[in-house]
Amino acid sequence: MAEPLDQIFVTLKRLLVQLAPVGWQPFLAAIISVAAVIATFAALFALATVLERKGLGRIQNRYGPNRVGPFGFLQPVADGLKALTKEDVVPRAADQLVHFLAPLVLVVPVFLSLAVLPMGRNMVPVDLDGGVLFFFAVGAATELSVFMAGWSSRNKYSLLGAMRAIAQMISYEVPLILSALAAIMMAGSLSTVKIVEAQAGYTGWLPHWYALTPWGFAGLLLFLIGATAESNRSPFDLPEGESEIIAGYYVEYSGFKFALFFLGEYIGMFAASGLAITLFLGGWHAPLPFLEWFPSWGWFFAKLLGLLALFIWVRGTLPRLRMDQLMNFAWKFMLPMTLINILVTGAWRFMGAGAARWVVCSLLILVPYVLLGRVLRAGGQVAPRVYRYGE
Amino acid sequence: MVNEPMATLIVLASLTLAGALAAMWLRNLVHCALALAVSLAGLAAVYLQLDAQFVGFAQLLVYVGAVAILIVFAILLTRGSEPHPQPILSSTWLVGAGVAVAVFAVFAWGILSSKAVKQEAAPAPATTVAQLGNQLMTHYILPLEVLGLLLTSALIGAVLIAMQERRPR
Amino acid sequence: MTSLQAYLLLSALLFAIGLAGALARRNAIIVLIGIELMLNAANLNFIAFWRFGPNPEALTGVLFAIFSIGIAAAEAAVGLALVISIYRHQKTTDLGQVDSLKG
Repeated sequence: MAEPLDQIFVTLKRLLVQLAPVGWQPFLAAIISVAAVIATFAALFALATVLERKGLGRIQNRYGPNRVGPFGFLQPVADGLKALTKEDVVPRAADQLVHFLAPLVLVVPVFLSLAVLPMGRNMVPVDLDGGVLFFFAVGAATELSVFMAGWSSRNKYSLLGAMRAIAQMISYEVPLILSALAAIMMAGSLSTVKIVEAQAGYTGWLPHWYALTPWGFAGLLLFLIGATAESNRSPFDLPEGESEIIAGYYVEYSGFKFALFFLGEYIGMFAASGLAITLFLGGWHAPLPFLEWFPSWGWFFAKLLGLLALFIWVRGTLPRLRMDQLMNFAWKFMLPMTLINILVTGAWRFMGAGAARWVVCSLLILVPYVLLGRVLRAGGQVAPRVYRYGE
Repeated sequence: MVNEPMATLIVLASLTLAGALAAMWLRNLVHCALALAVSLAGLAAVYLQLDAQFVGFAQLLVYVGAVAILIVFAILLTRGSEPHPQPILSSTWLVGAGVAVAVFAVFAWGILSSKAVKQEAAPAPATTVAQLGNQLMTHYILPLEVLGLLLTSALIGAVLIAMQERRPR
Repeated sequence: MTSLQAYLLLSALLFAIGLAGALARRNAIIVLIGIELMLNAANLNFIAFWRFGPNPEALTGVLFAIFSIGIAAAEAAVGLALVISIYRHQKTTDLGQVDSLKG
């Protein structure tokens, strides 16, 4: 019973593809995969907007949207209709072509990056040999869209927001890639399918996920922080801070283009969560050996929804970081921690299995973490604090 | 005649060349930088067609994701004299264009008449990233370390050159 | 025309365009853009010869291109830092006006 349910989408696709003439079959297979992924993630985006607003509302001791549909779950339909029918105002001094292309340059690479995520057993749209590198390469292309949006609006504040956003995205890209490097080192391959396969198996009841090792846990946390910063989500959302510079680099966008930016950001968050699941949380594997009857794609999307809940929780709880605090955090804290994490991964690999490597690796991560935190908070001092004007 | 790989090459090549021409001819600097980004992305697609996957993705990551943005930042930091339109071509532009045409003519003559380049395509080599890593760590370890040193010194040097000098008060 | 010749012609054309821009434009940043185009043209040349050449298993062309990309990034950074520094002193990026050492 488990096996056919697990592979139901694969068999559906194979049946549909066989209906076509032989010459067109590769095209049809590709188009079916692409359409399925886009449809799924667009539906997930709609669900995420409602869940986020209701979740934030509950954290802030109020109801979220609850008028449209049962418990407010048809709110995205209302939002979509509003975005489609709103007047598309383009400033007269704006650079028309660049202003038009900026949302496209955001949305297309972000959807492209979903192509290498294995969403179930045998369910990856494209199995590239350098899958993780492809993901980061198209992620880097989204920074140009931020600049295009900010500059083409000919607005001082959007330009300022765009500069800040790009500086933030570039600064956090380095720890993001370095934290992913630890999982790549242990799996020995850049292919996402192989990384998921390397996390198969159980010892007793514990799965072999990378997040359940010291370096993997630190790597997962660093990756998630980097992903939050890359998608400009709170607490790193100063560039689009709604209370500071209105909407930052997309203040001059209205209607459907704004909806496209919104879509791009959320899908970027999903893609980064998907990669975190692939690299650290075991992909589509079940957490306990007796839970393997649940289909693999069900586990992937369950983990994705779990990470989405984590993002919403963090957004509702933590205050926004100031720009200089943000940059200090990236360069002075996250970069050294990711480099130490790589060292610890190497140490883990070359020490034999046993309790010794757990203790050594955990200490190697925790001690620099505590020391670095203390040093950065005290502004460079490690000595006992001296009061200038007291005593 | 025009089979499928050639057709994709023609499309990608026209995109790349259009981007390069726009990058060299446009008056607005930011448009030039964006056209360069388009051209580099087109080149990454050409690398992918040549079965060099790693280089194609690295080109996207480094050039489009970092160098193009660096150029854009530099353009924005050096705009002071925007309003008055200035001639975009230097005083010796005719000589420069002539040299470029001559260089292209020599290249084209060399390519079209050489016997060494008249070989047909062998089946695609199956290179994996693992092989690349292997080569980097065994035969090319010295260039790798030198590249690391070069990047470090370039980083420190660029920061030092562009740093604002503190005036002693 | 074989496909190798097509790729080499594309590379030569890109090189010529980059060279023309680097020699004929006034703004220092456009000159740097031209230099980046020339570097990319050379990379394309290497990859084309690697693909159609006699020994693709040695991966020489690919590795050369990878090192070239890394070095080009470093060179772009330092070059743009120089342009910014010159702008701070001379208040212009026009190469025709930065001629105080001219004899």
